[in-house]
Order: sequence, then structure tokens, then C-alpha cells
Amino acid sequence: MSTVEEQENYSNKNRRITWEGCSVLLDINDGDRLLFSRLTAGSIVKIGNKNYPLQPLIGCPFGSMFQVENGANGPCLSRVIPTAEASNAEDKKECDSKNESRDNRALIDNNTAQTLTGDDIEGMRREGASGNAIVEALIANSATFENKTSFSQEKYRLKKQKKYAPKVLLRRPFARSICDTYFKKYPARIGFLRVDTLSLLLSFANVTAHSDVLVVDMIGGILTGAVAERLGGTGYVCNTYRGDSPSSIEIVRIFNFGDEINKRIVRLPLADFCASSNGDSKDIELPQAASGVDNSTIESQAASGVENPTNQSDPVSMEETTMSSEDGKPTTETCALKVHKAAKPGEKASEDAIKSWKENGFSSLIIAAPEVDAWSIVKEVLPFLSFSAPFVIYHQYLQPLATCMHNLQVEKMAIGLQITEPWLREYQVLPSRTHPHMQMSACGGYVLSGTKIHNDNQPNKDFVLLVCYN
Amino acid sequence: MLPTDPTKKLSFKRNISDGDLVIVYEKHDNMKAVKVCEKSILENRFGVFKHADWIGKPYGCKVSSHKGGFVYLLAPTPELWTLVLSHRTQILYVADISFVVMYLELIPGCVVLESGTGSGSLTTSLARAIAPSGHVYTFDFHEQRAVAAREDFERTGLSSLVTVGVRDIQGEGFPKDLTGLADAVFLDLPQPWLAIGSAGEMLKPDGVLCSFSPCIEQVQRSSETLASKFTDIRTFEVLLRTYEVREGKMDHCQTEAGTPGSRPSKRKHRASEGSQWEQDNSGSSVVMARPSGEAKGHTGYLTFARLKCVA
Repeated sequence: MSTVEEQENYSNKNRRITWEGCSVLLDINDGDRLLFSRLTAGSIVKIGNKNYPLQPLIGCPFGSMFQVENGANGPCLSRVIPTAEASNAEDKKECDSKNESRDNRALIDNNTAQTLTGDDIEGMRREGASGNAIVEALIANSATFENKTSFSQEKYRLKKQKKYAPKVLLRRPFARSICDTYFKKYPARIGFLRVDTLSLLLSFANVTAHSDVLVVDMIGGILTGAVAERLGGTGYVCNTYRGDSPSSIEIVRIFNFGDEINKRIVRLPLADFCASSNGDSKDIELPQAASGVDNSTIESQAASGVENPTNQSDPVSMEETTMSSEDGKPTTETCALKVHKAAKPGEKASEDAIKSWKENGFSSLIIAAPEVDAWSIVKEVLPFLSFSAPFVIYHQYLQPLATCMHNLQVEKMAIGLQITEPWLREYQVLPSRTHPHMQMSACGGYVLSGTKIHNDNQPNKDFVLLVCYN
Repeated sequence: MLPTDPTKKLSFKRNISDGDLVIVYEKHDNMKAVKVCEKSILENRFGVFKHADWIGKPYGCKVSSHKGGFVYLLAPTPELWTLVLSHRTQILYVADISFVVMYLELIPGCVVLESGTGSGSLTTSLARAIAPSGHVYTFDFHEQRAVAAREDFERTGLSSLVTVGVRDIQGEGFPKDLTGLADAVFLDLPQPWLAIGSAGEMLKPDGVLCSFSPCIEQVQRSSETLASKFTDIRTFEVLLRTYEVREGKMDHCQTEAGTPGSRPSKRKHRASEGSQWEQDNSGSSVVMARPSGEAKGHTGYLTFARLKCVA
């Protein structure tokens, strides 16, 4: 237990409070709307027809809840701090709903139940009534509310609350929440990779600190980011690609990585591996325009409020400085950070790193390339993997993986080959009303996993001579 | 098992040495963990293997017995370990394990508490996620089990990352000296609701808790208890379906025009029996996949919750 202090230092990096320039996930109305944003002085979020500055969110702990208010300078978000008593009250409500005798046999849908008109509500708003007050007024003026079952009373209240008193939850973007959000909103951008499938990839590939992970990430950078998150600034995640333009890894920007992690995210054209393994040819640096990162990910409405999105990395290095000064002795590295521009993820791998990978091989391989035939890519990159190292290939379709698995078996390149498909079901758990969710994702993709073996008949070098495409 | 020790990191140059823990792979469903010892032998249905023959060979190699039978020698990973460890209790498997690690948002440096330790299947993956600077504190009320788990972590080289305590977490809660230090807590207990209060005290604000329970009644009760201090309470079930892949010859249905895309059909007349199906080798071979016949239908429900940020 002597390491507790060390752990404390480390967990400072695992930040629990937002800072200016940090990337956040905003969960509006309990998952109804999810969006990524960057907290800057000028950024805003639009809820309903009003714009709310995000300034009040800076310096708040992740997990904080905000409600909308009409402040002196227009609409604003203000933090709701739940008290222990309020929580207990909620408990009571749950318990009361256990014995229910009311039902909806007398309910007639004739649109006369609500006596409050739109004009009335607008009037209340003008007088500065809070969202919660409007909800209470709506309930008080509903002729049918009292006769509803307590379940539907609760439903009614929630529905009105979402409309008149929206809540914003401040979330820390993690591989999990980023994958979840993309899967809900833009599944195609991450190759329909569901979060449980992503978690399987990381397990089967044995991703851990100090690993050198070779990835073929053609799904926007979610994979690269998730691997880098597990590496925590050690080892490398090396994204390789055919031709001369790397796939975009823009999603990596959402992860809030500091320099120490960004430096560990590198790219290397596949041709460079093959080229130098055949001789001593010097790498020709590609124009920087090929860098796989851009800033377009952040939802446009939020990005419109960001003054200068390309300077986002500066606050990150600022934060590093304050962090180290907490333990009293700023390191030389922090001083260097002040001078140099913050590290960008996805720079070209260094010569030293390439040399080391050629000598030692990578410790894991993960392929997520929906547009490339699984077998054609795996036979090209597998030679760079160490013997006994695990590899895993993701695809949203089964057939390419089946063919790939068959070929790997025939060529005796790997053992422990297995195709798996995860299945994920969420449950509603409520007193006397527990059941699976009515809707679920029916396919989270397929995973081919295996372990590379040392094959005497086909020494590793032979593989290296395979043709490289350009 | 983990590359935190650079000498143990996989590499083209790293060979098996005396004292290493290797996974002896016979088949995908038949593996065994063996500590390499120069004077030892391994005996199985393929014959007798001398450890001395293994030393100096690369990991992932095929080694032969005196009878010519062979096995592969692999470097251990938490996934392989889960398949070979001795079951002292029901264990968690890769689907649940992966999902738990992801949902607990574990990254290097995190502190995570676990109860019970059981056979240490999940513990190994927790350690992998928080290495090199985090820590797993795992508790089991069964003394022998705790001792056996400690020995296992010693064997797999994880003891610097894992502390095993003997403690009845349902009855006594987690030790007070861990209060407010945990990034995440994992509970696999028969009555998890008894430990939820203590788990809440251990967690940092916004920290994540997971409770694994096979029965829905346990989930029901835990969720009710969680409601007062936790938020984002969600329950999942995650399962894996595995596929069998095989290459087969598919006979083609012979029609006048031939099926679209098929090879030019041989001029053949099979008058007898009115059969329309080719019986020769002209059918093309295809690789096919189908779900394996049997699968785990249930492991347990995973309930996650985040500690509320209370002023």
C-alpha cells in the first residue's frame, strides 16, 4: 500500500474537473440529446430556441447537472446541486408507487384536459417563472392528472420537465461515452462499432500500458483513441495505412488527451514498413497536409461558438503546468511545454520507433477497416506482429471475416481463431416493472480474434516481401 | 503477464526461458498453464514433452513430444488465463469482463475495488487496465480463496498491482482507509445491496460502480438501494455468439441458362431420376459461417451507476 501517494499523483491526470478548452459531452434531458463541445469563453449550446453560453461549466466537476434559467444577461445555465434530503424524497416516491389501484379506463382523449393555454405559459415565462414552476402549473391545471396511475403521473411530469425545464448533464468524454454517442448519432462514421464490440477488441488484443499496438483505424479514430486511452502515455499506438493519405482520426480530439498521450499516437504508411525492411531506403516525409486530424468533429452548433478551434491545444499545455505545480516541483518537461506547441496526435512515427518495431514486432494488432478486404490487409500487416501476440479484426459484416479466418487457418499463420458477435441488451429496472428495453441494437459487428504463431516453414521474413500497394 | 516489465514484453527476439509461465495450447478449448522448469516434463495425450526442449525457443512455436505429437507454447494474456485458471468459483468471461472494464472507465492509474475475488478472472483484466501505476484492491471473505488468488497473482506477475484482502464486504464494508480513493468499484456478491453504502463512501464523486448478479431479484433490490446516492443507473446483459467457419462444396442448380455468375456449365445430361443437381466436382467451394450450436444463454446482469456529485 506504499503506492497510495503515487496513485494520487497519477489520478490527478485523470481529471475530474473541467477546464477552459476541455472537450465535454453534454447530455441533455437524460440522453435525449447528446453532443460534444469544447468549453471556451465563447462557446454556446442551443436548447429549444435559445442559446446558452457554456462559460458556467468551466471549473465544474464532471457529472454536474445544470438547469436553464433566465439570468440578468439573458438565458443561462446554472448548476443544480442535489442535496441529500432531495434524494431521499425521490426514494419515497418510488416506494409509494408499489401499490397501485388506479387505471386509465375513464380516460378520454378529447384534448380538453389541460386548461392552461400557450399564451398563459408564455405569460408566466415573461414574468420570470422558472421551468419547474411551469411544470407544476401544468400539473395543477390538468383535469386528468389526479386520476392517472402514479406511473403515468411520473411520465407526464418528466415529459413536461424536458420541455419546460431541460437539464444538462456534464459528462467526461471517455472511449465508452464517445463510442456510445457516435453509435447513437452517426453509427456509419465509426463503422457501426458498438461499445461492447469495441471493449472486446481491446481485450482480445491485450491492450495494456507499454504495449506497441499496430492499428488499421479506418473508423474515424475511435479505435486509435480507445487504445491510446488504455496506454495512458506509455507504449505506442501506430496507425498504418495504404497509399499516402492516412484515414482521418478526428475523433481522437474529443478524448481530452494531454501531450504525453498525443505523442504516443503516431502514423506510418504501410509502404514504409516494407520499404525499409528490404533495405536501408530513407523515408520520404509526406506533406503535413496528410495529417489525419482535423477539427470538424465537434458539433457545428457548438463549434460556431469556438473562436479559434485550431488553438485548442494551448489550454491543454497550460493545464499540464498547473498540474505539476501542485506537487511543488515543475519538471523540465513542463517548462518545455510552455515553449513548444502542444503535441498533435497522429504525427509520423520516429525512425527510432520504426527501427524498434522492426526488430521486436508489435505486441498487438487491431484492424477496423470496413472498406478493405480483411484477408488482404491482415496478410500484409501480420508479419509486423510479434510471435504469440494476439490480433483482432473488426467488421460489420460476417463474410469477410469468415473468409479471412479460413485463409489464416489454411496458411497456418495463427491459432485460437474465433469469430464472435457480441449481443447487448439493456433493461428497464423499476419496482414491479422490470423488463428488457423494447428497442435494442440488433448488430454491433463481428470480431475475428487469434494468436500469431511462429511457423518454421514460413519464416517471418518471407511475409515481409509481400507486395505493398500504393 | 503484462509488459510493465520490459524483459517480459513480447518480441521477435524474446525466447522462452526457465521459470517462464507459458500457456500450452492443444486446441482452442484445451489449454493449460505451465511453469517452465528445466528438469520438468509435461505429459498429455500427445505424449511426453521435456521442458528443456522448450527453453530458447520463440513464443508461439510448435513443440513436439517423444511420440511426435505437438502443442503450441503461448505467452499468457488475461484472456488465455481466464481459460486455464482453476475454478474456485463461477468466473466471469471475456464479454462481461470487457464490458465491465470499459464501463468502469478504467485507465492507467485508476484505483479499483473488487469484491469478491473469486477465482481472480476479472481481477487479472482489471489489473491490465490500471497498470502500471494504478491499483486493484480485491476482497474475498473466504481465506483459502484469497490465499490461492494471491499465489495466482504471484505466478502471473501481477502482485505489485493487486492487493488481496480477506474481508466480508457485505458485513463489514470496505476498509475505511480506502474512503474516497476509488475511481471504480465492482461487486459480485450474493446481496450486493448490503455493500452499496460502503461502496459509495469509497468512490470519488462521479466514480462508477458495477454490480454483477445472476438473478433479476438481486438487480431489482440493488437498483432500489442505488437510487439514493447514485445516478445513471443502467442494467445490461451482454453475451457472445461464436461462429463456426467451414469450407464446403456447394452443388449448383442446373438450369438451361445456368445460374447467374456461375461458371460455364458443362454440357451434361442427367436423364436418370430427373435430378437437377450436379453430383460431380463442378460445384464451387465456398467458405460459410454459422453460429455454433450451443452458447451461454445467461451469465449475469451488469448494473452500473455513477456516484452523484453532492455538495
